[in-house]
Amino acid sequence: MVRDITLGQFMPGRSMIHRLDARSKILLLIAYIAFIFVARNYMALLLITLSSMLVVLLTKVKFTLYLKSMKVILFVVILTGLLNIFYGTGNVLWEWWVIKITDTGLHNAIFVTIRIATLVLISSVLTFTTSPSDLTDALEKLMKPLAFFHVKVHEIAMMMTIALRFIPVLLEETDKIMNAQKARGADMESGGMMKRVKALIPVLIPLFVSSFRRANDLAMAMECRCYNGGKGRTRMKQLHFSLTDLWAGLFSLAVFTGVVLCNFYF
Amino acid sequence: MAVIRAENLKLVYSRGTSFEKTALSGVSFSIEQGEFVGIIGHTGSGKSTLVQMLNGLLKPTEGTVYLNEKDIWEEPKKIRSVRFKVGMVFQYPEYQLFEETVYKDIAFGPKNMGLEEEEIDKKVKKAAEFVGLKKELLEKSPFDLSGGEKRRAAIAGVIAMDPDVLILDEPTAGLDPLGRDALLSQIQDYHDVRKNTVLLVSHSMEDIARIADRILVMSHGKKVMLDTARHVFARGRELEALGLRVPQVTKVMMLLKENGIAVDESVLTVEQAFNEMINRLGT
Repeated sequence: MVRDITLGQFMPGRSMIHRLDARSKILLLIAYIAFIFVARNYMALLLITLSSMLVVLLTKVKFTLYLKSMKVILFVVILTGLLNIFYGTGNVLWEWWVIKITDTGLHNAIFVTIRIATLVLISSVLTFTTSPSDLTDALEKLMKPLAFFHVKVHEIAMMMTIALRFIPVLLEETDKIMNAQKARGADMESGGMMKRVKALIPVLIPLFVSSFRRANDLAMAMECRCYNGGKGRTRMKQLHFSLTDLWAGLFSLAVFTGVVLCNFYF
Repeated sequence: MAVIRAENLKLVYSRGTSFEKTALSGVSFSIEQGEFVGIIGHTGSGKSTLVQMLNGLLKPTEGTVYLNEKDIWEEPKKIRSVRFKVGMVFQYPEYQLFEETVYKDIAFGPKNMGLEEEEIDKKVKKAAEFVGLKKELLEKSPFDLSGGEKRRAAIAGVIAMDPDVLILDEPTAGLDPLGRDALLSQIQDYHDVRKNTVLLVSHSMEDIARIADRILVMSHGKKVMLDTARHVFARGRELEALGLRVPQVTKVMMLLKENGIAVDESVLTVEQAFNEMINRLGT
């Protein structure tokens, strides 16, 4: 089913991580991603992975959901892992015909696998615990300085909000149209590549038509409520930094310092 | 012989996750060839889920659907042939139009059945006639039609497959009163001429009372009643408890009776009520 997509879905909750300001979550996520790549040895990697796990536990979102979002990229992880095993230089550990496994190759493979897994895990934290509207609000705030270079920050944020808002609607619509065409005998499950692509036409055309109709309706509704862009617009829900954000910042700072120290001393 | 027989149907959505939801449970019934059955129920009562199971768009978690006494899921690969025999018109079917011309769109179903060009042509023209689409509209783009015409074209697209059983999910939703009456009459005419089985899902008790032989009442994923229109609407109080209404005129008669005027409360249409009143006054 098209709607069983976990990657990037908001899971409402009241945990500490949920209550963090979306801006701090975005900034800290970027920092975490950077430091996942800064970590150069096992000790540093262990530290950043464990602290990511701690954050994951703090979100109080079921761990199976994280595993589900990992499943999507499992293939990529395994592929890069395998490539790294076989394309290493250094001492040969095991050799057979043209395939040889070296110690650095093995190290690289382990490193890359753990890195990507941690990356997905910590990124999921952001999308699982932040509602799409908070996320785009925060992005708008964070991108504010770009307005200086004539980037239309508010418009971009509004487009993102609308796009996110309509993903479930479009999925449902696709489902409905597919069923309607199947009821008229459309065959979407068999045949070769060309046939399958062709079979999508009866679904895509109505989907396009209804998207335009929806866009038109939405624009009309927004105009009826006097929407005229970001200028002078106030918000019902203000973003606030709180004490929790300070603690999160300090905790992350400690982790990052730890990673750097580990890089030097191990 | 029963055209469609449902045995103990059950459907569970998103099984094994926290979103698990039972949409339907323990639904059994059988519908005879040539019957006109109305299906009513409040929003979320499982009507739409039920009808989608009857043509194999949804597979029941438990239970069996028999079409002409044959399990429709016996050979999952042949499920398409079931969909040709059980035609399904969805809610707001005009949103599934996609071809360049109305003619081609109506021909989509028959073409998928693998019919000959000539046969398709005959079926398309006949279907268009049944729903009252003018000939000159057939060569137009479906997107240029009016709302009511689009609806008719979409319904013609299903009728053109000449199904043994025709299921319509709220075919009159969003049409103006005249359009509603015209479309309902056409559906009834179609039923009378083809003598096939029609299942009509509707929120309008008046419509259902007017044309259905029997009525299936659904509530919270369960079958509550399946009986003739007269019998079902005679249980007005129970229907109201389920969040449904009886036709307005039936309600009037019910109130009259409750206030001590001895009338037959199981009338369904204004004409019947009129006759009933005349009889009372006469005696």
